[in-house]
Formats: sequence, structure tokens, C-alpha cells
Amino acid sequence: MIDKVIPSVEAALADVRDGATILVGGFGGAGVPEELVDALIAQGAKDLTIVNNNAGNGEVGVAALLKAGRVRKIVCSYPRLADGYVFEALYRAGKIELELVPQGTLSERMRAAGAGIGAFYTPTGYGTDLAKGKETRMIDGKGHVLEYPIRGDVALVKAERGDRWGNLVYRKSARNFGPTMASAAKCTIAQVYEIVELGALDPECIVTPGIFVTRVVKVPRKKGNWTPGGSVTRGLSGRAAA
Amino acid sequence: MSYTQLTRDEIARRIAQDIPEGAYVNLGIGMPTLVANHLPKDREIFLHSENGILGMGPAPAPGSEDPDLINAGKEPVTLLTGGAYFHHTDSFAMMRGRHLDIAVLGAFQVSVSGDLANWHTGGDAIPAVGGAMDLAVGAKSVWVMMEHLAKSGESKIVERCTYPLTGIGVVKRIYTDLAVIDVTPRGLVASRLVPGLACDELQRLSGVPLSPSAARAAA
Repeated sequence: MIDKVIPSVEAALADVRDGATILVGGFGGAGVPEELVDALIAQGAKDLTIVNNNAGNGEVGVAALLKAGRVRKIVCSYPRLADGYVFEALYRAGKIELELVPQGTLSERMRAAGAGIGAFYTPTGYGTDLAKGKETRMIDGKGHVLEYPIRGDVALVKAERGDRWGNLVYRKSARNFGPTMASAAKCTIAQVYEIVELGALDPECIVTPGIFVTRVVKVPRKKGNWTPGGSVTRGLSGRAAA
Repeated sequence: MSYTQLTRDEIARRIAQDIPEGAYVNLGIGMPTLVANHLPKDREIFLHSENGILGMGPAPAPGSEDPDLINAGKEPVTLLTGGAYFHHTDSFAMMRGRHLDIAVLGAFQVSVSGDLANWHTGGDAIPAVGGAMDLAVGAKSVWVMMEHLAKSGESKIVERCTYPLTGIGVVKRIYTDLAVIDVTPRGLVASRLVPGLACDELQRLSGVPLSPSAARAAA
């Protein structure tokens, strides 16, 4: 019997190695797999490359990982958040490498990794600082930039519900990078609030089919309140975002 | 003769009035977000949010915010009946694949040939691009919403951008607090100047060649 359900976030992350590239889902505070990121901090892997749209806010999630000194490099589109002070301090001190990528290119580079595409040309970024040093080509009279895939050793994604085959559905705009990241890593770990029986998810509505998912782990649902920092206020394990 | 600049809401209202029924529209972070408040009630207009929403609705009532339902600026929003959620790659396919009719973006500078600078002021600011470059090259029409002059009094419409570029030759129209300026192959064409502002004066403030539109007078 195939059962991808892992009993705890600690067990799900036990084999993450130093130097790994980790794709972390989420956009602002929505869809961030905070329990998995917390467990990664506890697990202790270091010298990590983190791929996330942002660079963390407050001192939860990715920001907490940064603060713990585990991240060598971050690949993201928008590291400047109102309360992104942890990243900012590390960046200004030269303690973290930043690869800034236009958001659609970030997403498409991971899609390319998941779809077995060697590289692609896009007009996004052509003629700008973010295309410096990259190969370019004119296609139909328009400048294009050559972009390479981003592959993860591990992807951490947050979904709403999953089953033991790894099929996932998400909730509202918390879906964001989850499905693409799930396809782009060697090992995809999904945290869900609910594990359901096979067949309970409508096959017409499954967003991420289980082939893209290695492990599923259930986490308790937090009673979240929206806060202006874009994060969810938390219970005992973290402070509220500013 | 004296004139009064438009307020941000007045610029937003002008833009909203120019968005046709059925348009798929992305409103950039910051000032362009105001356009949503002025969309004509009798038109169906689809607002897109880069984080996977089409048919985005207004802010929820206080107390009913949902942390899983936010816009590109990470503020809580709602979904209209008939709206849809989708993942990032689909969302950016909409943006990059020329499916959006209009993107309304803020700007630090726009050049006479429609170059856009809106993502980075250079220097030691933390660079952050988000979806700006994707929208700049991918939307069928890029409209800029900005104040005509920087706080220093310099024109934000320039011969050549000095801030880092977001896209080359991408801007079709600029809505400012003084006028509406179309970027055309024959150069910039100004229309709808605020009452009391002569074209000569707008030209002097802008510091770049502007020709008056043969059409409409002040709105």
C-alpha cells in the first residue's frame, strides 16, 4: 500500500542535507508552510539556498530561518517587505547572497525544471539590469533573455487537504507557488490541515496530482487573524508580525 | 492663469472611466490600486492579481479578512462571484502571454519612447522587482499612473530614464495629475490638461517635446 503520509514534520525533514536548494511556497503570508520551515530550523541543515517569492517578514517562517543563519543564498523576486528587517540586516552586512528574479521568470524557471525544459527565452527583463550577463536573442523582432531552470532538492509547500497518494488541493490565494514548486523538486513535502481518504478529493478538482508529491504531513490548523504585516498571528510558537 | 493638480483619486477616476467593459486588468501595487475604487458600477471589468486571482473584489469588511485571500500588495481582498483561483505559473502566463488587456503601473520615470523605470531607485535601496517586468512586457497596454513632477520638481517624463529600467518602449499612455499623455510613434501627445494649464506651460514643466492632441479638451 502506498502511503506518503509521514507522522511528523520532524520525520518529514530528517534527510535534508547541508547545502540543499529548498523551494519554499508562499506569497507574503499566504501559503507559507510555516510548520515545515520551523521544523527545518530545528533540523539544523545549513548553507541552504532558499527559493521563495519574498525573503521573509517579521521573525517567522523564512525570516526565522534567515535569522538562524542557515541560509547562504536566497533566490526571490521581492525581498523588500514592510517588516523584512531580518533579510535587510543580513543583506547589508554582506552575509547573504541575493539572486533577484522577475516573479514570472522565477515561476517559469521552476515550471521548466518540473517539465524537463532545458532553458527558455522570455522578453521579461530584456534590456534591464536583471538580464546583465545573460544570453539574449531577437525573436520576431523582440528582445528575449535566456533563462535556465531552478531545480530544488526539496520543496516545502502548504496545501489545504491531501490524501495518502499525495494528491493535493489548496485554499484560495494560498495556492500560489505550491503546484509549480511541487513539480520542480526531487523531494516535495506538503503540509496539509486535513488528510482524507482516497477518493474523497474530486478527481476533477485535484490541483497537484500525487506524482509530484513525496511526503504529506498533517499540521494543526491555527486560528489565524490577518495582520497588516501580511502574516498570520501565531500562537505560542511565534510572535505576531508587526 | 492658475490651475490645480488632480488628486490621486481624481487620476484614478479618469483611468477607471477609460477601462472598457470586459477588460482584463492588473492594477499595480501602490497608487494604481486606487483605480479599483472608481470602476464604473455598470461595467463588468475583471481584476487580476498576480498571486492567482481573477475577478478580485474589494477589501473585506473589518473582521472578515482571510489570510489566504490577499492581493499583490499583501492586503486582504475578496473574490467576486464568478472569480477564480489558480497557481502562479498560470497567473504569470496570463501576464506574460498577452492575455491582460491593461496593466496600470506606478512609475519613477517614463521616457519619451515609452521606456519604464518603476522597480528600483538604485543606490543602496534593497532591490525588489516582483511582477513589474512581467507586466511591463506582457500586457497588451501598459498605462502609467503617476504624479507629473517628482518631489524635487523635476519632470518624471524624461528624454532617457536615469533609474534602472523595467522595460523598453512598453508604456502606451501616462496619466498624471496634470494631463493624459499618449506615447505614439510620432512622440508624446498631451490631452485632457487640467483646467487653466496651457500646453506651453505643460511643455515647460515636462522638459520634453509634447504635442497637443487635436481632440478632447479638459475633462
